[in-house]
Amino acid sequence: MNIVVCVKQVPDTWAERKLKPGDATLDRESVDGLINELDEYAIEEALQIKEKNDGSEVTVLTMGPEKASESIRKALSMGADKAVHLQDDALAGSDVLQTSYALAQVLGQIGFDLVVLGAESTDARMGSMAAMLAERLGVPQLSLASEVETDGSSISIHRQSEDGFWKVEGSLPAVISVVEKINEPRYPSFKGIMAAKKKPMQVMSCADAGIDTSLVGLANAATEVVDFAERPPREAGTIVKDEGDGGSNVAEFLVTQKFI
Amino acid sequence: MAEVLVLVEHSGADVKKVTGELLTLARQFGAPAAVWVGDGSSEGQSRLAEFGAAKVYVADGADFTGYATAPDAEVLAHLTGQVSPAAVLMASTGQNKEVAGRLAVKTNSGMLCDAVGLVSQDGKIVAEQSVFGGSTVVHSAVKTGTPIVTVRPNSVAAEPAPAAAELTSVDLTLPESARGARVTERVVQETGERPELAEAAIVVSGGRGVGSAEGFEIIEKLADSLGAAVGASRAVTDAGWYPHKFQVGQTGTTVSPQLYMAIGISGAIQHRAGMQTSKTIIAVNKDPEAPIFELADYGVVGDLFNVVPQLMEDIQKRSGN
Ligand SMILES: Cc1cc2nc3c(=O)[nH]c(=O)nc-3n(C[C@H](O)[C@H](O)[C@H](O)COP(=O)(O)OP(=O)(O)OC[C@H]3O[C@@H](n4cnc5c(N)ncnc54)[C@H](O)[C@@H]3O)c2cc1C
Ligand SMILES: Nc1ncnc2c1ncn2[C@@H]1O[C@H](COP(=O)(O)O)[C@@H](O)[C@H]1O
Repeated sequence: MNIVVCVKQVPDTWAERKLKPGDATLDRESVDGLINELDEYAIEEALQIKEKNDGSEVTVLTMGPEKASESIRKALSMGADKAVHLQDDALAGSDVLQTSYALAQVLGQIGFDLVVLGAESTDARMGSMAAMLAERLGVPQLSLASEVETDGSSISIHRQSEDGFWKVEGSLPAVISVVEKINEPRYPSFKGIMAAKKKPMQVMSCADAGIDTSLVGLANAATEVVDFAERPPREAGTIVKDEGDGGSNVAEFLVTQKFI
Repeated sequence: MAEVLVLVEHSGADVKKVTGELLTLARQFGAPAAVWVGDGSSEGQSRLAEFGAAKVYVADGADFTGYATAPDAEVLAHLTGQVSPAAVLMASTGQNKEVAGRLAVKTNSGMLCDAVGLVSQDGKIVAEQSVFGGSTVVHSAVKTGTPIVTVRPNSVAAEPAPAAAELTSVDLTLPESARGARVTERVVQETGERPELAEAAIVVSGGRGVGSAEGFEIIEKLADSLGAAVGASRAVTDAGWYPHKFQVGQTGTTVSPQLYMAIGISGAIQHRAGMQTSKTIIAVNKDPEAPIFELADYGVVGDLFNVVPQLMEDIQKRSGN
């Protein structure tokens, strides 16, 4: 089975994240990047599916600036076999609609039986990439999976829903996304880290992938930022130490705020 | 006046509160028209009439309940082609963000997710979003196609405005490409009598600090004394002390209630991402250094097993007289 895992490099969630005053894009240079947390679960799931299906191969795909190769390296050291890095200045500032177009073009080029994504990223938090890719590629979307079962031709998942879960079935090729309940991502071993350095990594440009550059990038985005502002830090609250009346203090606060 | 399509959030015939909020928001941009995918519309119709839906487009039957996500997007794309709406609004749920994504691709339109407010500005529909764990407020607009916006519950108060809510059935055969993901079973974990987490005005959440599944009962009791929904941190759902559907945070439900109480929760970034836009936040934690206190409007440093029982006693006393 030809499994492709889409990973995204995101700013560290603990670092201060800012938008750039000029074009309101994410200031990615000034913060440490790392792989989107949920994408580690996607890689783990891909590796587990490979281990259960002989003759499978796992390819990592990322779209992003040169720095995003850090995420690729992480994926390769966890055990992915090879990588494709879509990297082109024309893509800078692309929104989710454009990113889905670009990724779908690459997926069309490299081919796949199964595409695995994280359910959402920590920076964009759109949570719609799997749906958009499935729509573009015309294949089943089995997303928000907390459990996946596949034999290489059919696939069934538990889909996390607002009030429980759904059992959903389809056939390959398909696009899936995973939630963090699905597994426990492995740590790269020393051997894995060394091996990663020798694994093939293909850098693709828009031209290589057949991406029309008049459809991507900030200037052609379907959405725009009108303005933005850093929220003034939350006004410091009142913090009291419980001296035997902590509960009553909270009750009084609730009364002043008219909750009781 | 152009129509504004509002995807109805419902469970069977039961219309969720957020739908009234969306219909209220829709009124500033055009004539609200509700879109009902699935069964139960004739029973649910009166709720939509109450909040100003002039029309209700209905797509029901096995085709529209048997597959995940794609049918909703097909119906909305079909209607978008037919009525050229001013916008398409839906509640920000995991499912709807996917519906929005498919619709955006189908109609080549811009989409905005997780709006906490919507206003009309220079003829544009502008969405307010709270990003990076709430540290930045962004106003965005759609440049291409029909604006598709997912809006968080509790972003506005629903205001009644009676309208006809005339039922119109959608004439659409689902294409093969929308039948790729068959739903074979829906497993619903009961919420009981409590309000729904995403929609509740008050949420009481418990974390690892409760110590055990039995310890978590104190959270339920406090919630019930306030008529609140119960939430939990991932530490709690991972340990199996409480079901995952109650998880608040990045990979659980995002809540934005009037009041959020975090009891025995440290305030990890992934938790904060799901509750940071709450209007008022109260924290109880025995560690004065817990990051949750950075967000709290009111915090008590102390043992929750001392603070919470006293709090419940006081609430009872006050509501008793
Ligand atoms: C990809 C990913 C996604 C995640 N998604 C989520 C998510 O959606 N939601 C989420 O919540 N987490 C999520 N997490 C986990 C998150 O990082 C934290 O591990 C988790 O929120 C911690 O839960 P907690 O605060 O209950 O536990 P802890 O961090 O262990 O905190 C327990 C707190 O209770 C206090 N305490 C202990 N005993 C008492 C007592 N008797 N009285 C008062 N206070 C007491 C302690 O001082 C401590 O501050 C995610 C993590 C990852 C990697
Ligand atoms: N630039 C990108 N390159 C590769 N995969 C991506 C990219 N952006 C998003 N994805 C995938 O889509 C998922 C959801 O991301 P998002 O839509 O940003 O919430 C991520 O977990 C990735 O698997």
